[in-house]
Amino acid sequence: MLGLIFDIRSFSVHDGPGIRQTIFFKGCLLSCSWCHNPESRKAEPEIHFLSRTLSGKCFTENESIGRWMTVPEIMNLVEKDIPFFEESGGGITLSGGEPLAQSDFAARLLELCKEKNIHTAIDTSGYADWKEIEKMLPYADLFLYDLKLADDVQHLKFTGVSNRRILENLARISLANIKIHIRIPLIEEITDTTENLEQLKNILSETKGIERIDLLPYHHIAKGKYERMNLHYGLAGLGEYPHQKALQVKEFFSNTAPLVSIGG
Amino acid sequence: MTERINKLREQSLTALNTVSPERALLVTEFYRTKEAGQLSIPVQRAMAFRHIMTNKQICILEGELIVGERGPAPKATPTYPEICLHSPEDLELIHSRPRVSFHVDQDTRSLYEGTIIPFWEGKTQRDRVFSQMTPEWKDAYAAGVFTEFQEQRAPGHTVAGKKVFQKGMLDLITEIESHPVFMAYREKANSNPEIAELTAMKSAAETLILFANRHADELEKLAATEKNEERLNELIEMVRICRKVPARAPETFHEALQHYWFIHLGVITELNPWDSFNPGRMDQHLYPFYQREIRQGTLSPEKAKELLHCFWIKFNNHPSPPKMGVTALESNTYTDFALINLGGLKEDGSDGVNELTWLILDVIEDMRLLQPSSMVQISKKNPDRFVKRAMKIIRTGFGQPSFFNTDAIIQQLLSQGKSLVDARNGGASGCVETGAFGTEAYTLSGYFNLNKVLEITLHNGEDPRTGKKIGIATGDPQSFHSFEQFYQAFEKQLEHFIHIKIEGNNAIEKLYADFMPVPFLSLLIEDCIANAKDYNAGGARYNTSYIQGVGLGSIADNLTSIRKWVFDERSIPFPELLKILKSNFDGFEQQRYNCIYHTPKWGNNDEEADRNGLLVFESFYKLVTGRLSARGGVFRINLLPTTSHVYFGSMIGALPDGRLSGEPLSEGISPVQGADRKGPTAVLQTVSKIDHIRTGGTLLNQKFSPSFLESDEAIDKMVSLVRTYFRLDGHHIQFNVVSADTLRDAQKHPEKYRDLIVRVAGYSDYFNDLGEALQNEIIRRTEHGTV
Repeated sequence: MLGLIFDIRSFSVHDGPGIRQTIFFKGCLLSCSWCHNPESRKAEPEIHFLSRTLSGKCFTENESIGRWMTVPEIMNLVEKDIPFFEESGGGITLSGGEPLAQSDFAARLLELCKEKNIHTAIDTSGYADWKEIEKMLPYADLFLYDLKLADDVQHLKFTGVSNRRILENLARISLANIKIHIRIPLIEEITDTTENLEQLKNILSETKGIERIDLLPYHHIAKGKYERMNLHYGLAGLGEYPHQKALQVKEFFSNTAPLVSIGG
Repeated sequence: MTERINKLREQSLTALNTVSPERALLVTEFYRTKEAGQLSIPVQRAMAFRHIMTNKQICILEGELIVGERGPAPKATPTYPEICLHSPEDLELIHSRPRVSFHVDQDTRSLYEGTIIPFWEGKTQRDRVFSQMTPEWKDAYAAGVFTEFQEQRAPGHTVAGKKVFQKGMLDLITEIESHPVFMAYREKANSNPEIAELTAMKSAAETLILFANRHADELEKLAATEKNEERLNELIEMVRICRKVPARAPETFHEALQHYWFIHLGVITELNPWDSFNPGRMDQHLYPFYQREIRQGTLSPEKAKELLHCFWIKFNNHPSPPKMGVTALESNTYTDFALINLGGLKEDGSDGVNELTWLILDVIEDMRLLQPSSMVQISKKNPDRFVKRAMKIIRTGFGQPSFFNTDAIIQQLLSQGKSLVDARNGGASGCVETGAFGTEAYTLSGYFNLNKVLEITLHNGEDPRTGKKIGIATGDPQSFHSFEQFYQAFEKQLEHFIHIKIEGNNAIEKLYADFMPVPFLSLLIEDCIANAKDYNAGGARYNTSYIQGVGLGSIADNLTSIRKWVFDERSIPFPELLKILKSNFDGFEQQRYNCIYHTPKWGNNDEEADRNGLLVFESFYKLVTGRLSARGGVFRINLLPTTSHVYFGSMIGALPDGRLSGEPLSEGISPVQGADRKGPTAVLQTVSKIDHIRTGGTLLNQKFSPSFLESDEAIDKMVSLVRTYFRLDGHHIQFNVVSADTLRDAQKHPEKYRDLIVRVAGYSDYFNDLGEALQNEIIRRTEHGTV
């Protein structure tokens, strides 16, 4: 069994508890206009040009984004970090792209992690068939679950898909008694409108098992990536999300979850 | 901080570093007397000490609560002509160099030319050292294969144990007087070396009492005219204290601090030992005094803090005496490496963190001074909140305190044969050096340039910088058909130079034993009195001589490059490689690119690179450890550079890892600057593959962006990072929390960053005081941030 992976990062500290290793799956069904990982979207390896300057000379080489890897290959890397996981209460996080789009591979990986007593988390858009999610349930300790826009039309407009399945899946995960961290990207005048925030709050108030909410203020570090990959960046003109506003949103959600944090 | 502390701190920060001729004049004056020539050498040294301490100017600063300065004023720094004599040219250099300079006024220069130089010329310890070194030693030294710690400064590298805080000088005198040798020969001081040494120690103990009493006299005078009643009461109390300590053992917190400080001044005035002196496990030593007084209600935490503030400022008033030549290059800083230890274990094996530990951590954060350095000893038994508190001070970005692994240190000491109690009372001093505090003389002998040996091996025994043959012929590289063959040649070359280094050190150790005994320091370290033997002659309970390996990351990467491109890929045969290195990669940019970007590197948890670092570690360990020293101890290794990685780099041409000629090497066991691309966990995995327990200390630096450490959650994760490294037996880790952008801006606008302190390698320093090469080296270190 092979999985298409575009990056593996150790000492990942914002994707769940403790020190984690994050496995980035390539391929995503959404096309959020603020996406920070545009290289994660296509479900196939891509070649891009990597340029470095050394001694005044420019060296360019092809670099493949995305590599087909086996489960043991990844486990080999994961196991190296076990002492860090154990000391910090950390573990692995499957992120992407969309790990649920390669659910058999993801499930096998998590299963092996649980055999080694490693904490597991899945960072997902929630846009998947329930049967894909169901495969994860026996092995997932935590879902990092994205909620962007409550209004279906808006959701379709900015992410390319309807949110109906996403909201249904959230409710079902909640019933399965698995811990959930909600992640809300803060994009000015798109996700931070009073209307949207109110609606999200209503949804969350009715969902059990939410441990925390991470607010992810928009920043434009991805701009360079879009340029390198020759992709159109829909939000090119948008500035960094103001910290003051983020604090207000944090306050707004303060009673919705035991912990609300900015950054995450 | 109180008003007085603000003033004293400011005074210390703004005081000009100057050379004071006072000590040099007094020591010359003594040696010119007829009496001096008739004494045994230990007694002669003790009487020189007496002459200085009873005649030097007494300095008491307005408002201070702990008194005593080595020179006539803060940062007025003495010289030690019996060890190292400065020529008029040396004085001018020390005065006018752009970094780590000391102002030398006209009077001082005249006194040097008229009195000091004529007497000491040709008669210094430095002259003796160089005259005894072999031509092979001199060639290797000149080529930058190693440095020599004892050519300008005396051995020391030691730390106060609990005895220093529990006994007064009178107790030590009683101990000496009841020594069987002393009782048998008391009247015949010159009759044998043991009695001479004991007599000298006794005299030195008396001298310190006289010195303290001179302070009491001066304080009395000040009290006579003091109008402010509050200060008057302080002065009266200080008179009482200076009459009591160090003659008798201290009983109050204030007494304990003043007691130690007089002793500290004694050690650093007697000679100029490396790493000055050090109160060691301060929270352990002072806690009984603190606890008793808090209970009795005679001391408040606020008052204790103010006294500690005063104590801290004292250290900052005492820069390392001016260094020159290679010694200045290897340790280019004002810092004199007194490293305060906090936390760790008590001698019964229980958690050592106490109320005073927290108070001292507050003091470190308040003071933000270069000196003293500070560190936290972290055992698995210490609570996380202790580590967290230290991490929060680190976050403020001045490189203190550093983190040490108590459990590893204890294992190191036990494996060296120390008793469990002595091991638990130990710690790390200087930069990262492991020692049994109060019972061990652990001398650093010099830095060792592993990569220079590699360069010499590549040239079959020749130094390509000078074309001179300084090593042994280990074979033309072209004749090597396998990496293993090449590595054997390297190991032979390594053995050759280590042998030269050790032979040289043993001659030098003997010179210090014979000509530069330190009766005062010998009083303090067990069992010099019982053995009736000087500290410099092997009188301590344990004696270790360290050789400090430099550039482990660089040599790992160099060997990986050779293994890959010469032997595995066979795309760069040795003749081609030598041509490329000789050209400094000029015209070979593609090869350099491949060496940098397409070769596995140390610090990424990559077996292909890491195994080469391990090879060198094992060779270095095997060739050094257990060799006998002249003092009756053994040689051992540790891995740290201070600033020698910059000096050593300047002595080496281009290297196979893509490093250009003259650039700094990697520092400590850290990866080559910028070569670690897999994050901090990978670095820690790599460097914990070496067996830290078989060293006497290793040094690892990590750089983090300030934004990363902003949240308390991040602090928790950093604590876990440190805990994991220590679980893997890592010895020491330290963090720089200053962004590369800030450092670049500080290079452009030094005036805006006068207070910017960064972590260098085992110590912190003002960024402005670092040479440009070292500044750039720190900027190039990988900055870990948010993933």
